[in-house]
Amino acid sequence: MKIIYMDHNATTPLDDEVLEAMMPYMTDKFGNPSSSTHAYGWEARRAVEEARGQVAELIGAHPEEIIFTSGATEADNLAIKGVAHAYRDRGSHIITSQIEHKAVLETCKYLEKQGFKVTYLPVDCYGMVDPEEVRGAITDKTILISIMFVNSEVGTIEPVEKIGAIAREKGVLFHSDAVQGAGKIETKVDKLKTDLLAISGHKMYGPKGIGALYLKKGVKIESLIHGGGHERGLRAGTENVPGIVGLGKACQKAGRLMEEEAKRLTKLRNRLYQGVMNGIKRVYLNGHPEKRLPGNLNLSFEFVEGESLILSMKNFAISSGSACTSSSLKSSYVLLAMKVPEALSHCSLRICLGRSNTEEEVDCLVEELSKNVARLREMSPLYKEV
Amino acid sequence: MYNLEEYSAKVMDHYQNPRNVGEVENPSGEGTVGNPACGDVMKLTIKVENGRIVDAKFKTFGCGAAIATSSMVTEMVKGKTIDEALKISNKTVAEALDGLPKIKMHCSVLAEDALKAAIEDYRKKTARQEKKA
Repeated sequence: MKIIYMDHNATTPLDDEVLEAMMPYMTDKFGNPSSSTHAYGWEARRAVEEARGQVAELIGAHPEEIIFTSGATEADNLAIKGVAHAYRDRGSHIITSQIEHKAVLETCKYLEKQGFKVTYLPVDCYGMVDPEEVRGAITDKTILISIMFVNSEVGTIEPVEKIGAIAREKGVLFHSDAVQGAGKIETKVDKLKTDLLAISGHKMYGPKGIGALYLKKGVKIESLIHGGGHERGLRAGTENVPGIVGLGKACQKAGRLMEEEAKRLTKLRNRLYQGVMNGIKRVYLNGHPEKRLPGNLNLSFEFVEGESLILSMKNFAISSGSACTSSSLKSSYVLLAMKVPEALSHCSLRICLGRSNTEEEVDCLVEELSKNVARLREMSPLYKEV
Repeated sequence: MYNLEEYSAKVMDHYQNPRNVGEVENPSGEGTVGNPACGDVMKLTIKVENGRIVDAKFKTFGCGAAIATSSMVTEMVKGKTIDEALKISNKTVAEALDGLPKIKMHCSVLAEDALKAAIEDYRKKTARQEKKA
């Protein structure tokens, strides 16, 4: 039985062209980019620099503003801790939101233990940060604002551009975790007005274990990993050449396909949403109805617990914000920050469509959902009481 | 961490083909436990004749483990006397399902609690009837 993959916000399959571009660097072209004395090193260096250009192009940056990391978690860590330590003499206050990825939230919590103050801004019922709340939170001690571009669970696109403008006006550095936006919707650093921005390879059909941090010229950060001076001394360690080549190729391809793919996925997502809303009663959309990532849909099916619904549709790879699917036994902190009632947070399902998904698959999902929601509601003691 | 692959074949069977879904007509006792805000609610209805549970049905809102343990407990209580039924614990239900992932053991408490609540309700009802008589 083929399992239909609809969890593209978690990860994406490696694109064939990307793999093809990477292969030589895992076999014959194994050189160390730091080996300046021979051709093996030179070709590896050229490959890394070409990839740097491809990454820069996707986000509208200069190649020298790209630092390769082991992934977006490291890029977020490097951005936040890096700025915090480099600008400590200027202040010790950081502003972020309650719905950030754990890579940002846990880094901020760590910094709190080091004496920094962190403001975790709330969001509205769509999962949207209010730029004016950001403005209101800025003090003369604020050194960094970190707000994600697109939320990975509910797909809400944050008003990063406006927040960036406020940060510039106030002279505060601005970082954005753009993992879910880059390669899927236009993500240009000058337009978004970010000083730092994190991206990941495996969320855009590239390999796992590679990411990048955009660092605007003139912005200082402290390195987290010290060693041989790689990546302008900001991230030591021999470059992951195949990964870097893969990230570059993935950025190039995503940039090429973006416009058309975003349109196609929006249409496909809307078809899925309409299908569900027409066929099933008492379904609630989580996240913003318009300002959301093309392929993302997050729904709560009242009276049906999320894990049990997923369990009944094992030929679909999807996820839930229900406590029962998490090891912490707590519902998704994103849904709770949006004030989704707890009873509905257990009933949530996240569907993330991607390049491989078709209309046929979406229709099949609607059919399966209708059947299984009906079956589980029949079994639910809460349903009849309505 | 746990993942859905950890559910035993028996859990999956009881989840996919739950036994005794619904409500017993004119139940001798019923118990509803849990809370939608916590993610699981179970309603158990039982029919008791001559001190023995002759029928049991359930309705459950909850995860796979909650549904499977609900189904299993209805199977286990049928034919048992009240005293025998009271010996059923969340552990024995979980064992009958070839175990549950550790993190899911709390779900089986729902089944035990619903059973105890239904028996309690039955005892109250019979006590009232005896008083009337």
